[in-house]
Amino acid sequence: MSIRERLSGNEAIATAMRQINPDVFAMFPITPSTEIPQYYAQYVADGRVDTEFICVESEHSALSACLGAEAAGCRAVTATSSAGLSYMNEVLYVAASLRLPVVLAVSCRALTGPININHDYSDSLAERDSGFIQLYAENNQEVYDNYLMAHRIAEHPDVRLPLMVCEDGFITSHAIENIELEEDAAVAAFAGQYCPENYLLKKENPLAVGPYGISAYYMEARVAQANAMANAKQVILDVAADFEKTFGRSYGFFESYRMADAEIAMLIMGSSAGTAKAAVDELRNEGVKAGLIKLRVFRPFPGEELAAALKNCLAVAVMDKSEGFSACGGPLFAETAGACFNLEKRPKMIDIVYGLGGRDFTVKAAKEVYARLSDIVKTGETGPVYSHMGQRGADF
Amino acid sequence: MKTMTEIRWHGRGGQGAKTASQLLADAAFMAGKYVQSFPEYGPERSGAPITAYNRISEERCPIHSNIYEPDYVAVVDETLLESVDVTAGLSESGAVVINTAKSPEELRPLLHGYAGRVCTIDARSISLKCLGAYFPNTPMLAAVVRVSGVVEADEFLREMEESFRHKFAKKPQVIDGNLNCLRLAMDMVKEA
Repeated sequence: MSIRERLSGNEAIATAMRQINPDVFAMFPITPSTEIPQYYAQYVADGRVDTEFICVESEHSALSACLGAEAAGCRAVTATSSAGLSYMNEVLYVAASLRLPVVLAVSCRALTGPININHDYSDSLAERDSGFIQLYAENNQEVYDNYLMAHRIAEHPDVRLPLMVCEDGFITSHAIENIELEEDAAVAAFAGQYCPENYLLKKENPLAVGPYGISAYYMEARVAQANAMANAKQVILDVAADFEKTFGRSYGFFESYRMADAEIAMLIMGSSAGTAKAAVDELRNEGVKAGLIKLRVFRPFPGEELAAALKNCLAVAVMDKSEGFSACGGPLFAETAGACFNLEKRPKMIDIVYGLGGRDFTVKAAKEVYARLSDIVKTGETGPVYSHMGQRGADF
Repeated sequence: MKTMTEIRWHGRGGQGAKTASQLLADAAFMAGKYVQSFPEYGPERSGAPITAYNRISEERCPIHSNIYEPDYVAVVDETLLESVDVTAGLSESGAVVINTAKSPEELRPLLHGYAGRVCTIDARSISLKCLGAYFPNTPMLAAVVRVSGVVEADEFLREMEESFRHKFAKKPQVIDGNLNCLRLAMDMVKEA
């Protein structure tokens, strides 16, 4: 039986962690993720978990401590945001290439500068090449559910990759909303135990972790890692299927909202997707065939599946909540456009960078995006492919 | 039919506007509603103007933007009226609830021509009387529930009693004071 509750996103993550009771939590605080270790410290103090809770002196050390624990065969977690994630950067790549399935909660927050504590995806999307699996959530329910699935995906023998569970800093991390929690025993049973067959301290078969990879071997290791990321796709779907069977809520690579006959569509991530769904509902009431795809899994990128979902649309807006500074579009656009390039008949596609540093995204703004897509369909003219919205002197 | 109530709180850092918004969400949650309570964050400092929000609805609300056209506005510190346009976007069929010892008639001229209901509550005197110290958010919470009707009054008091017994389990001496604070505030709202 699920439990009706109301929690912030940070408390939902801390609750999921408590229910899973990992062996090690190495922590260094940074806004807006700080509440996660703060709640967890209370669980430790109250004896509700038997996790080794390690307070370290930086995010670099937090993830390094998790690596050490994972290499020794433990289940290890941490949480961070923004500059803290950037400071982990070096160790993120080490975790992924050592194939150590750390689970990292990220309350996504803008990167400096100007210095800013509010939400966008410039921190997590800057780590898109780190080799971490990345799951995104619209609301606290989804971030909780993603966390319940995280360890099983990361630790699966076909995958063995670290994983980021991403939430929207402040917008969902600090918003209290209704949530259906699952019972402690049911979560513990679903997450299972981490039992790697080989690890550093296994005396029957001691393992070297992190040796030098000479040119004669480096590429094999990288290809094996790339294959693991590709394997993660099936594992993500399998774990989601078991999750649905166990708890009743359904997840895939993305959610298609009113897409069946959609002529214009938006591809969007996180809490803004909910706001845009309200715009879709209003437009549908006005007879506009609008739809929306909310991306849940950014790594591995479900390119083929997205292309199949978008192929019948006439015009698509990709919504990027990080700049990327490529001068030709944000990271979500680049990957989506690439994924659609080989379609026989593909929609016109524009990129809109929005919501940077916590700039609010409203139902009205979402409707403006759909109005622009309707214009593209009507005139056949794509107009500027890459633009920004919501700033002073907006592009449109 | 409108199925969602949107409320915007204006306060100063440290006065408990965010906590009041969370308590309102608690009360509505316990009454079976879907709730959102969220603050608008900047670099926090004591005394700086802050905003917090509530959405209360019969079904889960997917919208995660700030609230620009609230049904109700709660002003925890009347000195904000000089610097913040608290009634911006406020529905004329809704109301603004202000913590002040002044009358609604005295404050209406400061509200940029707002034509809806203006309600006042002297949270300071109620708080000092019931709690012996100035915590404006408890009386403000009761006043907002009274004016907005998002939760029925008796149900609200029952749920808050339960909530206080849980929240103040280690400080039972403050439970009665807080409950009296709520009851008194519900009776002391003035309206014009």
